[in-house]
Amino acid sequence: MAKVLVFIDNPGASLKKSSLELLTLARSLGESAVALNGELSDGVAAAFGEYGVGTVIRPSTDDLDDFLVAPKAAYLAAAAEAAGAGIVLLDNSPEGKEIAARLGIRLNAGVITDVVAVDADGTGHKSVLAGSYNTACKATTPVSVLTLKANNVTPEPAAAPTTPEAATVEVPAGSSTAAARITAREQKVATGRPDLTDARIVVAGGRGMDGDFGPVEELADALGAAVGASRAATDAGWISHDAQVGQTGKTVSPQLYISAGISGAIQQKAGMQTSKVIVAINKDAESPVFEIADFGIVGDVFDVLPQAAAEIKKRKG
Amino acid sequence: MKIVVLVKHVPDAQFDRHLNGEGFTTDRDESILSELDEYALEAALQLAEARGGSKAGNQVIALSMGPAGAVNAIKKSLQIGATEGVHLTDDALAGSDAAATSLALAAAVRHLGDVDLVITGMASTDGETSLVPAQLAERLGLPQVTFASSLEVDGGRLTARRDADTSSETVEATLPAVVSVTDQINEPRYPNFKGIIAAKRKSITTLSLADIGVDPAQVGFSGSWTTVTNAEQRPPRTAGTIITDEGDAGIKLVDFLAAQKLL
Repeated sequence: MAKVLVFIDNPGASLKKSSLELLTLARSLGESAVALNGELSDGVAAAFGEYGVGTVIRPSTDDLDDFLVAPKAAYLAAAAEAAGAGIVLLDNSPEGKEIAARLGIRLNAGVITDVVAVDADGTGHKSVLAGSYNTACKATTPVSVLTLKANNVTPEPAAAPTTPEAATVEVPAGSSTAAARITAREQKVATGRPDLTDARIVVAGGRGMDGDFGPVEELADALGAAVGASRAATDAGWISHDAQVGQTGKTVSPQLYISAGISGAIQQKAGMQTSKVIVAINKDAESPVFEIADFGIVGDVFDVLPQAAAEIKKRKG
Repeated sequence: MKIVVLVKHVPDAQFDRHLNGEGFTTDRDESILSELDEYALEAALQLAEARGGSKAGNQVIALSMGPAGAVNAIKKSLQIGATEGVHLTDDALAGSDAAATSLALAAAVRHLGDVDLVITGMASTDGETSLVPAQLAERLGLPQVTFASSLEVDGGRLTARRDADTSSETVEATLPAVVSVTDQINEPRYPNFKGIIAAKRKSITTLSLADIGVDPAQVGFSGSWTTVTNAEQRPPRTAGTIITDEGDAGIKLVDFLAAQKLL
């Protein structure tokens, strides 16, 4: 049976949904182990047992967070060797992909990013060229490294919980000598809304919001949705760059994407056209976004969004 | 300073893009300089100009790996302001994945001698994996400073800012280093008439795998560690119901969401 190693970085007090998705996928592919970085809280330790993890590996040093990517990759490579892993799974965040990249070189292993599903033989499925193709890719090496996009696996605890064994892996000496050092870290203020990349529903605004994201946020909160934006809106400074959806921002594929005041140029479409249902509101009937919308409204966002938000609140009581 | 900027010739995203090539590789007709690489080139030009530009011996070398057509990405880079171009091209490179690409590019960078910085975009706009900058740093044994939204170099040290979702980081490294920059770092310039004329006098060096000492078996389809086993075009999305607001479109929107069980 394949040995599958999952990298979990600084989980804090509880595992994120995307981590539970990784553990669920790992268990479906073989015997799962975790390479952890950071504190192991009681809640996280219990979740590892519930999700059937066999071994929890931790690094010999606690300074991996002081450096960018390289020492984490060196640690994970040592952990993969110690665990005899044939498959290594990471999250699909920018840092997850970069750790995967370097891990691949260290282990002479093929790396596949942006994966939405993995077959028993390690074949990864992904969508490429802005969602215009679905491809199947396989590593031709003894070890495969895959990064999994959030929201593609349903988290499910194991039928039989485990009591994971604890192990420590030595971080290779010198793995931080040629690494960039993180000298300051500034936490951003939490919005209280779901993460854009994990959200079930996204409400996004563009140039048509004309500097006022209030109606977008109000509808998002009525729906329990994340807030997104086009590049025009983030470049104008109406909303944080973190909210940008599109080719140079985030790629999202929620159950529902509501596009408000966004024309839908190719760069924006690249970030959202694999969404399950797309709703578009724009006062220009010729906007390209209407070509891909399941439901389109030619109208003023400042009329339609508040009316919809009020109606949802009324129906939800 | 000697700065190498990696530039890629990619299919223009304004048109339909296809995986029609051998082994489901990308059809490269209608290709352009990857938009995200313009930010890397601009970052390099600003660093060079702050140090007196090419007159003071600063070099900005546009390096591209790819088939014959990729020379167009280098020419565009020279028009924008790169001082010279290097085109790594060899039939054996076709089909290279990120691991094979980073191997060839690492050898090409070593071939160019004492380089202070290698600057790349945050991703290519075709493959979009963001793997190559990190793999290049690993292969060259250099500090990796990726997704920089600001970049300053002072003597032999660089400082960059990285913006993640929950935090922003300040990162420091010594030169030489591999840096990738985001589209937030600057406003790339356009080539002007003077630049287009000047580019005609700039040199482009062509390198083969033999020139950089890479065995053809280590790259291309044979040297890659991943293979694409299937590619299927997704059916294009089709337009659904479009209505014009007559004062109750917000209510109709909620009716639609309720019918789709999305409330």
